[in-house]
Amino acid sequence: MAGLFDMHSLSASYGGSLVLEEINFSVKENDFIGVIGPNGGGKTTLLKVILGLLKPVSGEIIFNSDLLNSNSIGYLPQISTGDINYPVTVTDVVLSGLMIRKGVMSGMSSDDKKKAEMVIEELGLKGMARLSLSELSGGQLQRVFLGRAIIGDPRLLLLDEPGNFVDSSFENDFYEKLRMLNGRMAILMVSHDVGTISSHIKSFACVNRKLHYHPSHEITNDDLLAYGCPIQLITHGEVPHTVLKIHT
Amino acid sequence: MDQSIFQYDFIVRAILGALFASITAGLAGTYIVSRRMVFLSGGITHASFGGIGIGYFAGINPVIGAAVFGILSALGVEYLSGRQKIREDSAIGILWAFGMAIGIIFIYLTPGYSPNLMSYLFGSILTVSDADIIALGVMSIILILYFLIFYRTILYISFDESYARTYSSYVDIFKYVTTSLMALTIVLNIRMAGVVLVLSLLTIPPNIAMIFTRVYFKVVVWSVLAGFLGTSAGYTISYFAGIPVGATIIFTLVIIWVVAKGINQLLLRYKRINR
Repeated sequence: MAGLFDMHSLSASYGGSLVLEEINFSVKENDFIGVIGPNGGGKTTLLKVILGLLKPVSGEIIFNSDLLNSNSIGYLPQISTGDINYPVTVTDVVLSGLMIRKGVMSGMSSDDKKKAEMVIEELGLKGMARLSLSELSGGQLQRVFLGRAIIGDPRLLLLDEPGNFVDSSFENDFYEKLRMLNGRMAILMVSHDVGTISSHIKSFACVNRKLHYHPSHEITNDDLLAYGCPIQLITHGEVPHTVLKIHT
Repeated sequence: MDQSIFQYDFIVRAILGALFASITAGLAGTYIVSRRMVFLSGGITHASFGGIGIGYFAGINPVIGAAVFGILSALGVEYLSGRQKIREDSAIGILWAFGMAIGIIFIYLTPGYSPNLMSYLFGSILTVSDADIIALGVMSIILILYFLIFYRTILYISFDESYARTYSSYVDIFKYVTTSLMALTIVLNIRMAGVVLVLSLLTIPPNIAMIFTRVYFKVVVWSVLAGFLGTSAGYTISYFAGIPVGATIIFTLVIIWVVAKGINQLLLRYKRINR
């Protein structure tokens, strides 16, 4: 598998403090990596560096320019930053994912609109193309923003806490969609919900200032401790509970 | 002076004024209402009164003073709100009153009585000059071209600024340019509706439009139409009833808004029954 990008001893700071330190990390085609770690551990900062929104203070990120440039990254931000009462339609929002390749003066061609229609249909939003965002449910909204992220056929898809706005009825469906998308793009998914994502992803990256790559989708508390990545493993059941380490 | 020529001149001026006011207010108002900048716009409006006062005092065209004050305060607030180190609403509130205070002080200091002061506060078609109408006409053309050429860019930056930053490095430039154009639109419309009422001229029409459509482009078109209906009806009523024009326009627009809301409620109920 060809690599999409490599990070070499990359450090980044945010608001004056060092958030990522000496990171070596690479993503290859068809990877599906869950990025986990404590709050403030640098998960979102990692995405910002990949998106080019934040320049590293040292080290570098090198894109494999044959496969990836900043125009071919799709991004689903943490809970919608767009105002859902804004007068835009589902189609308009999905189309905005194409702006990355367009100049400030361009409009949308009929091909663009056809493409948006296809994406909307693929994400199960058929018949909603002309609705405004305020008329959608949380799960439908998330699919609209996912549509915006994938309409440009990115080679890499970045998802920041997609679990945040999922209604549980749509959760499995959403991960099913991601599995399907993973056939044509690598996915990097930030999440705090290790239990839920472990059955969908292929490997983990634990970020807490340092980054430890875990090349399997099964991860234990001992692994997390060894990686210096203190988060709780939560299993979902009838009663909320935490599974503790077996006593010896 | 020939009475009929005077009347004809007045009517042409009134119609052009209503048309250009509706076009500029519809375009600027849709942006302001969608981006939830109504309070900021109120601040810009009242801050520009400071420029009117200084204009009077210095003997230059008060509209120029107002434009300078309006644009500077708009850019200032836009800049500060990006830094997030200041309470934006408090800053606007201070600016609001400060502009009014400067305006009142300088008008007080100006020797002689200022007959046009009331027209700046409450608007008057009688004192609107040909230059005012031409300025509004030019502004209409600039705004139409600006929104047509950069439609998608403006739409997406104002809808989701932080996402726009992931693909564009022009976000700040567009925010500043658009906000300056909004400030200029407000200032030019002060001659029509007055400092106290101009904000409603910008914000009521988009709210009427948004009852019926949530597509940005259509909101603009319907706002212009609603604005034109409100202003021309306001002029007519004001002319025949002999009451102030600015207040009559706003009164008419609010009535249209209430009626539109009512019609929409009835339509919704009708749809529900027939389902």
